[in-house]
Amino acid sequence: MLTVENLTCGYGDIKAVHDLSFAVGTGEIFAMLGANGAGKTSTIMCLAGHVAAMSGSVSLNGTTITNQPAQARVGHGMALVPEGRRVFAELSVEENLVVGGHTVGGPELTANLERIFGHFPRLAERKTQAAGSLSGGEQQMLAIGRALMANPQLVLIDELSLGLMPKAIDACYEVLQALKADGLSILLVEQNTTRVLDIADQVIVLESGVKSWEGTGADADGNAALLEAYLGTAG
Amino acid sequence: MAYEITLLTTMAISVLFALSLNFISGFCGQISLGHAAFYGAGAYTSAMLAKAGAPFLLTLLPAGLVAGAIGLIVGFASLRVRHDFLAITTMGVGFLFIGLVRQQDVLGGELGISAIPSTGLGKIGFMAFAMGLAALFAGFCVYVKRSWMGFVYDSIADNEDVSEIIGIPVSRYKLIAFAIGTAVAGVAGGLYAHHVRFIAPDSFGFVESVTVLAMVIVGGIGSIWGVAFAAAFLSVLPLWFQPIDDFKILLYGALLFAMMRFSPGGLAGLVARLRGVS
Repeated sequence: MLTVENLTCGYGDIKAVHDLSFAVGTGEIFAMLGANGAGKTSTIMCLAGHVAAMSGSVSLNGTTITNQPAQARVGHGMALVPEGRRVFAELSVEENLVVGGHTVGGPELTANLERIFGHFPRLAERKTQAAGSLSGGEQQMLAIGRALMANPQLVLIDELSLGLMPKAIDACYEVLQALKADGLSILLVEQNTTRVLDIADQVIVLESGVKSWEGTGADADGNAALLEAYLGTAG
Repeated sequence: MAYEITLLTTMAISVLFALSLNFISGFCGQISLGHAAFYGAGAYTSAMLAKAGAPFLLTLLPAGLVAGAIGLIVGFASLRVRHDFLAITTMGVGFLFIGLVRQQDVLGGELGISAIPSTGLGKIGFMAFAMGLAALFAGFCVYVKRSWMGFVYDSIADNEDVSEIIGIPVSRYKLIAFAIGTAVAGVAGGLYAHHVRFIAPDSFGFVESVTVLAMVIVGGIGSIWGVAFAAAFLSVLPLWFQPIDDFKILLYGALLFAMMRFSPGGLAGLVARLRGVS
């Protein structure tokens, strides 16, 4: 569903990602791992249209979107959950969600709200509360919910577990698996957790902007040397 | 009675003018320090057309269109500037407007345009018309605020970068806000020109821009009722107490200072807080 071929991107003269190729299938959880500065966020921002591609191509469901602006990509079924959640702190939970659904209108918006409150009962309980007053885990749920409001087929999630407690990470991962079961494709960028390997179908590891390993989640989970080398953990 | 009618007309025009700035600064979070320029563009357009023989009502649409067109150009040029830089840019637009108008003999130069024809609506009719327009625009603001578009504007005012990142076409929404806000300011300017029937560059200077921003801030930036109330009140305050007129700027400055210090949400924020307490 998402095909990335020989993608190179960066800022000015500096290339952050070199010649990267991978493909995310429909209904798949695809994990991109790597240390700080490996080019994960640059890749995801390039896919979402916020960092220009220098060469290579990105296509979504057969449509080439390499040079399309960010808002056009939302229309093609791609949504981004940015690093650090970035919810609208002063808006209520419900308002944050409505903003995410700005491309869908009327009855569909209401249906989507119901659906997201179904996935995240915590958000339903707090729907009139200001988003800034939520816990980190709740904010992450809200950021995911906000992205889902636009009816995406592919969600890009940058550093889901960053700064969250293990319980909150597990809660978010559970929802991702439920979404995957509904046919949603998920590209998940992670830095400091091996938990993601339990839910990932495919994994790639980036190192200094270059793909250094790829395989299935199970392969990676059993590869102690890989985990030690790239994630700085043996477990 | 005639005096009260004049006061109410002044109020209605100020409410319309302040709400037009609120659309840009309150809804969309774009602070403008040159809003009087668009008020002026509308006033001059309406006055010139009326002097050329056009009936009053037909001058308002072009007044709005001219101001809106200039607003769109300024908005387009300002897309990349934000926050304090935007405030300074719009301030520059205000000075540019005054500077240009002063140099144009066709626009009456320094002396302005006098003897603008009567509206033909009568004093009471004109008052009712101005009030009607202000109420109509207030209604439109409420409608937008409650629609999904209102939430999108809230998100841009809350954090432009995040809005951009989640794929909201921020530039497009900003331009829409600029176009609507400046066009309505132009219509308000047209009303003003026909209300006082004499306009000069000084009526649309920096002081006027700050005055209207003060109305928005004192009322509570973004709050439709707060801004309408503050505009109505502040516009006639100097007229009620004649001696205050000389100290208008001092009074506005003090009010702005007090609001920023004690209730940054303006009157609307104050009311919300009092309600929350009781």
